Amino acid sequence: MKLEMKDQPGQLVAALKPISAVGGNIIAVIHQREATTPAEALDVQIVLELPEGRLENLLELLREQGVSVVRIGEERLLYECTLIMIGHLMHTDISDTVDRIDRTGSAEVTELSLVMPAINSPSSARITIRSTTRPEMKKAIRLLREVAQQKELLIVEPLEDA
Amino acid sequence: MRIALLGFGSVGRGIARVILAKDLDITVTGIADSKSGIIDAAGIDLAAALARKENGGPCGNAGVTPADVVAKADYDVLVEVTPTNVDDGEPALGHIRAALRRRKHVVTSNKGPIALAYPELRALAEENGVFLKYEATVCGAIPLIHAMQEGLAGNTISRLYGVFNGTCNYILTRMAAEGLTYEQALAEARELGYAEADPTYDVEGIDAAIKLVILANTILDMRTGLDSVERTGISLLTPDALQLAEDQDCTIRLIGEIVPEAGVLRVSPRIIAKTHPLVVEGTLNAVTVETDLAGDLTFIGKGAGSTETASAVIGDLLYIQSRHVQGS
Repeated sequence: MKLEMKDQPGQLVAALKPISAVGGNIIAVIHQREATTPAEALDVQIVLELPEGRLENLLELLREQGVSVVRIGEERLLYECTLIMIGHLMHTDISDTVDRIDRTGSAEVTELSLVMPAINSPSSARITIRSTTRPEMKKAIRLLREVAQQKELLIVEPLEDA
Repeated sequence: MRIALLGFGSVGRGIARVILAKDLDITVTGIADSKSGIIDAAGIDLAAALARKENGGPCGNAGVTPADVVAKADYDVLVEVTPTNVDDGEPALGHIRAALRRRKHVVTSNKGPIALAYPELRALAEENGVFLKYEATVCGAIPLIHAMQEGLAGNTISRLYGVFNGTCNYILTRMAAEGLTYEQALAEARELGYAEADPTYDVEGIDAAIKLVILANTILDMRTGLDSVERTGISLLTPDALQLAEDQDCTIRLIGEIVPEAGVLRVSPRIIAKTHPLVVEGTLNAVTVETDLAGDLTFIGKGAGSTETASAVIGDLLYIQSRHVQGS
C-alpha cells in the first residue's frame, strides 16, 4: 500500500506501529525522500502480509494516526497449500491439470516437482497452490479433487486443511 | 467376579495370562473358541486350558459351543474377544445380545457388533441394567474411549484425528525410512506378522474407518455407518511421493479424521510435518482430540498385541467390578 504522511519526526513509526498491532508482517518499506508531493507530505510504500479480514482494522488505525492511505495495491496470494499427486500424470495431461487451477483466477500453481520412475509406472508430483483467501484455497482443492477423480489420480492432502 | 470368555485366540489367551499373573479377583467359569468349550462354575484351570491350546489342542470339549457358554455358564461379565466380522457382526452380535438379555455385563474387543449395532446394544444393556464396554475396539492399549467418556466429560469435541491402523503406519514408516516400494514394505509387514495374508482390511483403510464409526456413534452421537466414511487407502502410494514429502520435512501417514460439526468422516493418506506429534513410528497408534475446555490432547500407544489389547479388556472388567459386581 502507498501511504502519505506528514514530513515530521516519528511519523514513519506511527505508520508502522498499527501494522504489528493487527498482527501484520512488514515485508518491505520504500521510503522516498525526494519530494514528489506537496512540500509537507511524504510518500511511503509498504509491502505487508496481513491475516485475513484485518485490512479494515488497519486502515482505521492508520487514519487515527493521521496517516492517509493513498492507494492499496493488489492483494497477493497468501494462502499456500502443498499436495502430492500420484498416477499417470503425464498421460493425463499435467499442464491441463495445472491450467484448471490457474483458470480459477483466485488460485494458482506456483511450484511443481515431478518424479517419473519409468514409462509405465505411476509418477508422483508435489504441487504448491497459492490463493488469496482460505475459501478460495478450499475451492481450488475441491477442483483438484474433481480433476483427480476424472483422471484417476491419487491426491495426498496436507493434514491441516480439513 | 466371574467371567465367561468367548474367543481363545491371541487376545483371549492374553487375558487369561493376565488373570493368572495378577491377583484381580476374577474367576473364569466358561471359555469357548470356535471348536470347543468348557463350563465350570467352580472356576476353570486357566493354566491347563492355555497349555492345551498351546499344544495345538482345543481349549475345552468338542461338544460345548459358544452359545452354550453364553446361555449356561454362571458369570457376571461376558468377555467377547472373537475376530471381527464387519458384514453382519455375527456370530458375536447374537452372543452379546443373549448375554445382555441374561442381565450379564459385556466387555468386547470385537469391532463388528459395536460398529454395526451400538444403539441397539446400548439400549438393550440399559434395559437390563448392565454395562456394555468396548475400550479394546479402538486403538488397543490406548484408553481413548474411557478418556473421552470420563476424563473429558463436559468437553465439546470439535475434531478428532490420528493414526488408527498400526499395519499402515508400519508400511509407511518403512517406505519413508528405507525407500521401499509399497509391495516390499507390505511383504515385510507380513513376515513380521503385522499384516494378514489378505491385507485389504488394513491397507484400504477399512479398519480405520470402522474405528471412526465406533467413536462417532458411541462418543460423538453421530449415528453414522461405514458407508458414510470417505475412504482412501495407501496401496497406491509410491516411494517417490514419500520422498517428495520428505524434501519438505514432511512425511505421509494414513489419517482417520472426524469433524462432528461438519459431519466429516474421512480416512486418507495425508502430508504431515515430521515434527507433528501424530508422526509415530512402527505399529504405534496416535490420536489427537481437539476439545473446547481441555484444549488439544494427543494419545500415543500400542494399537494391537495380545497383552496390550488385554490391558483394555481388563480395564473395562475392573471398571465394572469396582462399580457393580459384588463378591467373586
